[in-house]
Amino acid sequence: MSPYSIIIASLLIPTLGAVLIWLFGRQKNIRETVTIITSVLLFSNVVQILPAISNGERPELLVLNVAPGLEVAFQVEPLGMLFALIASFLWIINSIYSIGYMRGNREPRQTQFYVAFAVALSATMGIAFSGNLFTLFIFYEVLTLSTYPLVAHHGNAKARTGGRIYLIILLGTSILFFIPAILWTSSLAGTLDFTPGGILSGKADSITTGLLLALFAFGIGKAALMPFHKWLPNAMVAPTPVSALLHAVAVVKAGVFTILKVSIYIFGSEHLLATGASEWLVYLATFSVLAASIIALTKDNLKARLAYSTVSQLGYIVLGAAIATPLALIGAGMHILMHAFGKITLFFVAGAIHTATHKTEISQLNGIGRTMPFTMVAFFIGALSIIGLPPLGGAWSKMYIALGGMDGDYWFVLAALMLSSLLNIAYLMPIVIKAFFLPADSENNNTELAEINDKYDNSLRNRIAEAPWFCVIPLCFTALACFILFFAPNAVEQLLSGMLERPL
Amino acid sequence: MHLPALQVVIPLIAAALCALFRHYFLAWFITILASWLSFAIAILLLLQVMSRGVISYELGGWVAPIGIEYRIDLLNAFVLLIVSGVGAVIVPYAQKSISQSIEKSQQSWFYSMYLMALTGLLGVSITGDAFNIFVFLEISSLASYVMIAMGPDRRGLTAAYQYLIMGTVGATFIVIGIGLLWAMTGTLNLYDLAQKIPLIENSRPVLAALAFLTVGISLKLALFPLHLWLPNAYAYSPGVASAFLAGTATKVAIYLLLRFFFTVFGGVEFFQSTPLPEILFVLSLLAMFAASIVAVFQSNIKRMLAYSSVAQIGFITLGISYATEIGLTGAIAHMFNHAIMKAGLFLLIGAVMFRLGSVKIEDMAGIGRKMPFTMAGFVILGLSLLGAPGTVGFISKWYLALAALQEGQWWAVALIVAASLVTMLYIGRVVEVAYFREPTVKVDQLREVPSSMLLPSFLLVGAAVYFGLDTSLSV
Repeated sequence: MSPYSIIIASLLIPTLGAVLIWLFGRQKNIRETVTIITSVLLFSNVVQILPAISNGERPELLVLNVAPGLEVAFQVEPLGMLFALIASFLWIINSIYSIGYMRGNREPRQTQFYVAFAVALSATMGIAFSGNLFTLFIFYEVLTLSTYPLVAHHGNAKARTGGRIYLIILLGTSILFFIPAILWTSSLAGTLDFTPGGILSGKADSITTGLLLALFAFGIGKAALMPFHKWLPNAMVAPTPVSALLHAVAVVKAGVFTILKVSIYIFGSEHLLATGASEWLVYLATFSVLAASIIALTKDNLKARLAYSTVSQLGYIVLGAAIATPLALIGAGMHILMHAFGKITLFFVAGAIHTATHKTEISQLNGIGRTMPFTMVAFFIGALSIIGLPPLGGAWSKMYIALGGMDGDYWFVLAALMLSSLLNIAYLMPIVIKAFFLPADSENNNTELAEINDKYDNSLRNRIAEAPWFCVIPLCFTALACFILFFAPNAVEQLLSGMLERPL
Repeated sequence: MHLPALQVVIPLIAAALCALFRHYFLAWFITILASWLSFAIAILLLLQVMSRGVISYELGGWVAPIGIEYRIDLLNAFVLLIVSGVGAVIVPYAQKSISQSIEKSQQSWFYSMYLMALTGLLGVSITGDAFNIFVFLEISSLASYVMIAMGPDRRGLTAAYQYLIMGTVGATFIVIGIGLLWAMTGTLNLYDLAQKIPLIENSRPVLAALAFLTVGISLKLALFPLHLWLPNAYAYSPGVASAFLAGTATKVAIYLLLRFFFTVFGGVEFFQSTPLPEILFVLSLLAMFAASIVAVFQSNIKRMLAYSSVAQIGFITLGISYATEIGLTGAIAHMFNHAIMKAGLFLLIGAVMFRLGSVKIEDMAGIGRKMPFTMAGFVILGLSLLGAPGTVGFISKWYLALAALQEGQWWAVALIVAASLVTMLYIGRVVEVAYFREPTVKVDQLREVPSSMLLPSFLLVGAAVYFGLDTSLSV
């Protein structure tokens, strides 16, 4: 297939999938098969465009011209390529996991769940491949709206509040700051196209650039930069597969992806470095990294702790975008990948624990490593990758960002990153220690086990009581991937360095 | 060709026929024929204007400026298209809706009044004669009073009375303004006036005429704070009438404002030499905020949409107050876009009324599950109202914001954006009740409305998306 038809197909495949899922809403098995086939098709479709991008091609596609200066157009470049690959690949795994989780927890409205998921993926592909800010913005909003039903899925008061906060913050920031930023860019530069080297150099002085950057940084609420991060912990009321794929990968990464994209292709890294306009964002992002880690320490609910951890890790990527040196930008792009695999593993584990034992609080997890050994080993590996220890993927991206910070003479960034890693250890490792080394809380355990006994007839007889295999296999796989990614930084760096090249 | 005359005469004759036959189905059939014919004529006229330029038609063969001239340029061809288009879409919908809310014996009167209103609005848009404008405006207003009074709610009567008083005050102002112009120039032809006024444009009577016309027309278009008649009128009239009036009546008044400001009174320079731009600017901003905020606190969804109309009219007049090319593009685009959105929204709420028998937001708990298409349409149009990209609402707000930027008014951009945020609040409120509350017993028994009501509504929903992506017509 030509690159153009691949671009179109990556939007259409999930959309058609959504329609089919809806049509087969009654036949559960066919419905889930459709989801998995759709996700596999999408990934194999996206992969086909990779060789062309690695060779330096940048296929462009103009779909329609809405008004002068407003075009719906697509262009594939390395960063979007990487993002599309991650999202579509993890969708396959997440779909398998969803089957185990949704059936295991007897969730209501499963058809609506799978339909909204497919639409969200279609929007994610649109974001990844968009060729200008206007197109990106359309899909950005579609992503917000299509994931709203997923957040409010349970329909109870808490889910409604979570959904309301989700909509108000994400739509609100995009209306208040993002649209004005796009407007301003358009009136300054006369174009909205993503152009290597940026479109603003020579057209905006350092104060204008700084203000515009602020509008973008706060307008892209999906990046969960403090103080607009509250929607993310509140979105944790959603079923765990949603938290795993959307609120650790697709939605939040769409946010930081957009920030990276704006910093590289709208401002241009050289322009940012020359004007020093992004310096304030370095401080704010560092603050966001540390503050979110400290809040994570205080959370006993496992998913809430992971959510604040995500806020903190997203800060790394914004930090990379703000430092704007080549190494920092590559590190930020790489962190999208590394964090995706690490965090999705942790969320998968949280969901598996919930499915198997209905436990949600960290203080209830004493000794759980003995009944769920695979799950908790995977958690251990994922956590190490988030902390950034070798031999796991997360080590590389943090190193690149730190090196990039030194290039930009931000020495305190180095200290902050080390401190943050220590904080990561402090909030993730106790979970592993409790799971493996503390004795199970016996009184609590008996009633719990009795409950489980009712549900899963023979689980008591086996010492190991894991969640359904549909849950366990995906999380073992993503944990393994964290390990494999440790050996892949060269390939990623080669791909991403293409985004910093300027046409001669 | 006699198309310009037919544009007005066909609905007029049809109105008389409806009153004559007094049979509910026959009346509806006549109405639908007349509406679709009008729409077809409007399309033909627009195509003619696009290919050959301004059409001038002398009514009865009398030469202007003595006779009445119908004169169609791009602007009013476009307005004719909006008015007849909204009419053509809602009539198929009307049959089911009206037969439920109005007694059989009265239905033919409703159709007759609807056609009179259509005649009046088309007449105002097409004519090139100032006094003729007044006559047609009164035809349409009187017919609208009757339509509102025929609403299912007895409060429709007081609403119609309120509108009658305010509307008559407005009409009187307009006729005084026209009279002053006639006294000063001796002509009523708009284009003749346009040539004579610049010579005497700073004389006191001309300025007084401008003031009278501005206030009179502003009353008709419900410019804040002259909007008081509108919320009740839209809230208590039959669903079809709300949709028709919201989509057309205020839009035609806006057309009049544009026509008088920029054709008759010598264009942009004169407009900017008066204090009008500043006054209009301030009132527009007030409308955008005050009306939107009031809308958030309404419990009746039709009243909420009515206040939203007042706010959206503020967006349109904001564009006019800039009097720049981009500003006017935004204003005219929003005139077109708002007609589509609001007519569509009122049709969908009419559908809710049809099944549920209530338009209280509280009563709509969980209705999204029982009437999925109706509410999906509501969500899409609501998104368009708050300016989501890929819908018409985005395009017009984009131009309005660009116009503000062109003037260097950063804070005005911020205000436009903030007003959109308030829109999000009141639309979001309905969406949340409709989708995330458990259906009440009453809602649980509901079914989706028949396709004769759904299809017209979705035609407008489709238009809201289509014209958001293909703006060659409206921009």
